[in-house]
Amino acid sequence: MTYITKPKLHHPSLKRNAVGFTRRDYEGQVSTLCAGCGHDSISAAIVQACYEAAIKPHRLAKLSGIGCSSKTPTYFLGASHGFNTVHGRMPSVLTGAHLANRELIYMGVSGDGDSASIGLGQFAHVMRRGVNMVYIVMNNGVYGLTKGQFSATADKGSVAKKGAINNDAGIDLALMAILMGASFVARSFSGDKEQLVPLIKAAMSHPGAAVLDVISPCVAFNNHKGSTRSYDYVRHHNEALNRLDVITGSAPITARYEPGSMVEVEMPDGTAVRLRKNAPDYDPSDKAAALARIQEQDSAGEIATGLLYLAPGGGTLHENLNTVEAPLNRLGEADLCPGSAALESINKSLR
Amino acid sequence: MPKQLSATNDFVIKFANVNGSGSASANELFARSILRMGVPVSPRNIFPSNIQGLPTWYEVRVSADGYLGRRGGTDMIVAMNPETWKRDVAEVAPGGYLFYDSTRPLPASAFRDDLTNIGVPLTEISNANYSDPRQRQLFKNIIYVGALSALMDIDPKVIEALFAEQFKGKEALIGKNVEALNLGRDWVHQNLDADICKLKVAPADAVGNRIFMEGNAASALGCVYGGATVCAWYPITPSSSVAEAFERYCRKFRTDPETGRTKFAIIQSEDELASIGMVVGAGWNGARAFTSTSGPGVSLMSEFIGLAYFAEIPAVIINVQRGGPSTGMPTRTQQADILACAYASHGDTKHVLLFPKDPHECFDHSVAALDLADRLQTPVFVMSDLDIGMNQRICEPLKWDDSRRFDRGKVMSAEELEAGRDFGRYLDVDGDGIPWRTMPGSHPSRGAYFTRGTTKNAYARYSEEGADYLENMERLQRKFDSAKAMVPRPVQHRARGETRHGVIYFGSTAPAMDEALDRLAGEGLHVNALRLRAFPFQDMVAEFIAEHDRVFVVEQNRDAQMRMLLSNELAIDPNRLVPVLHYDGTPITARYIHGTIRDRLAQYQVVPLKRAVS
Repeated sequence: MTYITKPKLHHPSLKRNAVGFTRRDYEGQVSTLCAGCGHDSISAAIVQACYEAAIKPHRLAKLSGIGCSSKTPTYFLGASHGFNTVHGRMPSVLTGAHLANRELIYMGVSGDGDSASIGLGQFAHVMRRGVNMVYIVMNNGVYGLTKGQFSATADKGSVAKKGAINNDAGIDLALMAILMGASFVARSFSGDKEQLVPLIKAAMSHPGAAVLDVISPCVAFNNHKGSTRSYDYVRHHNEALNRLDVITGSAPITARYEPGSMVEVEMPDGTAVRLRKNAPDYDPSDKAAALARIQEQDSAGEIATGLLYLAPGGGTLHENLNTVEAPLNRLGEADLCPGSAALESINKSLR
Repeated sequence: MPKQLSATNDFVIKFANVNGSGSASANELFARSILRMGVPVSPRNIFPSNIQGLPTWYEVRVSADGYLGRRGGTDMIVAMNPETWKRDVAEVAPGGYLFYDSTRPLPASAFRDDLTNIGVPLTEISNANYSDPRQRQLFKNIIYVGALSALMDIDPKVIEALFAEQFKGKEALIGKNVEALNLGRDWVHQNLDADICKLKVAPADAVGNRIFMEGNAASALGCVYGGATVCAWYPITPSSSVAEAFERYCRKFRTDPETGRTKFAIIQSEDELASIGMVVGAGWNGARAFTSTSGPGVSLMSEFIGLAYFAEIPAVIINVQRGGPSTGMPTRTQQADILACAYASHGDTKHVLLFPKDPHECFDHSVAALDLADRLQTPVFVMSDLDIGMNQRICEPLKWDDSRRFDRGKVMSAEELEAGRDFGRYLDVDGDGIPWRTMPGSHPSRGAYFTRGTTKNAYARYSEEGADYLENMERLQRKFDSAKAMVPRPVQHRARGETRHGVIYFGSTAPAMDEALDRLAGEGLHVNALRLRAFPFQDMVAEFIAEHDRVFVVEQNRDAQMRMLLSNELAIDPNRLVPVLHYDGTPITARYIHGTIRDRLAQYQVVPLKRAVS
């Protein structure tokens, strides 16, 4: 499939978004993943979300680690700069890129091996620092590229394709992200585009560390009976706590909501996020309640999805560092170099 | 009275202290006062991997001739640590001096009969004048500086001036310190024979306008002047003070006076993997970035260093080397990361290394490293070490030319892309192996590319084709060859007489080597010398080796790493390169180099020129 190039011609009638791009402009190369892979659905959701949110493709940088999930940035946003880094270390590279230029949107793509095993440390620390990014984990509970070993997010007791039983406790990356200080934490399912696309849009509007743990079945190695990451299993155990409507710009409000069933949150960039509650008692701004609810549903065998946690405020990395508004990569000699007179006075103080 | 060593402006005094006792600033005051009298000094901290309570030493070499290497041997010990008393006293040269706190009587067996004992009741004086325990401790240190100044004829006015500078704005502290200083001076004048100590300091004019600075601070300042905006680091001895000094200088020079906002970003990361990752991310996105670390950090960073080499991303790594392997000797010096850095990471990799000899070059090389990293789009190492990094050293004043501009290398602008210029991220359009790059976010539809650690073709597309791989690897080799013309050139010292012998050295070995060359020349043993300042090696390095029958390679590691690198990279018969190795964790001395080379030359039956002509 690598050799197939997508035709670049667009049908003239394709609809353009507010910044003049068609949906096709957000696509990348043809995927080389297995047919039916959940990751391809997530890539498609990213394309849709960026199109709908009218992101200028070149103002977004996409970064990833290593693994099946980390290959996906080639399959979306072909007009964006991308960086396929090293295994488990995307968060640090993204942090450095973000320090260099605070104006771009940073999308980090990772998998469960990349984030929960080798990269668990960087996953935790990038959340602590409030790096302004969207961090998508394409979570399938299995190592695909190396052919079917359990990953650290596989549930205890789940069964591998060849029959092995996982004895180790699974890591819940959404729970962990909340604990580590991420300010926007959501979980979704690659098979539920209606839920996923608005979550990605909201995450891009969110200033701070936004994490999406997206369950994404592996058709080759983890889609069998006994797996808790198969299409069937996730469809039957998915309990969405809420649904989002994300309204960018001045789109008119058309949806009607039952009283008390809707919460509206305005993002700093003007985007309005409406939260339709499936669980009326669930308040995603309450950290302790969010942690408890996720664990309760997990104990009941249910996967809590939707916007799980949205911090009511809090500093982002650049705010904490108090850096200037201009991107650091654009500062020149006049801003950065103190010059010969200053050096002479330093010399003087050292005699 | 034993025979006494007698010397003016030429001796070694060693202070034995307990760390955490506040002795460091008193000892520095002592060294600085001699410097202010125009006499070159080179102090060295010898400290354990510990914060409080363990022995620590501060060795000050005073040298009218301006020799700044470690001399070896001790002429006077200031024995302030009972725990190490025995070994401290034992290492003083016969005829030397033992300065000690005589408050409590010590048995005769504690002393040697070939030393001059100078007891001053420091604790008694201090306790009589101060009641607060912390003050008693701190002022006891100043009292011994006072006593020593009286014994050695150090001008008290100079010390008072130093207090005035140090405590500017805190006048009360100036008076208190002068008072303590005089307590020591007065006791000596009242109780001791004026000539009990024959190690003297006399005013001279041998320092000139040179400055006295730590290499780590100079490296940090170089990163400020070189335009680094992102620093990501993880604390590790002996490099931590690089990032700390960078922050200090940035706060001073890079903070907007009106808004208080900063033109720099410093992250103390979770580990070295993350610090180099951040540097790579920032470099990829067009900010000048560096990390400072030491050997264990380089090991951890190696995977990323390979990525930066292969994906061609600028990164500067300041490696303040310490004793290895493993945790090794964290507070001792070595030059033992040469190979680990030159070939860091898996696969075929090679990296640019710079070897500063002193703080002045730490500054220059850090500036150069930031330019080279951008120009070559690759990691560049500044190979400092603990001896230069954590000790104050006299060096030429730092210089800056205001017309100098950052060399950002080959960055294709939005205008050039707009004009339709062909862009292939790994395309060698100029024949020097260095491709062009674009910055993320610069052009709406052109110049975007995907950066990866996997193989790719010249247009950055994934490719496992052998031909694409070879073309890329060969271009990287061409790029490395291009670096030869850009890195600092070696410095040659020609011997006064004809010789078939050469010596190659680098980095912190320089001052000891300079002195050793003088000593050898004094005996009529002539050796041409070449000080390496960078890897890859320029042609003149190979030519220098070819000119000589044998070339000594002086370095501070066990395995003769530079010798290996020279034979490997320049295809030289290793038998022509004679290793001179010093690696016990102490800085190499002129005595050692001189002795080793002299003995080897004797084996080769070199007749000193003096004897041959007489």
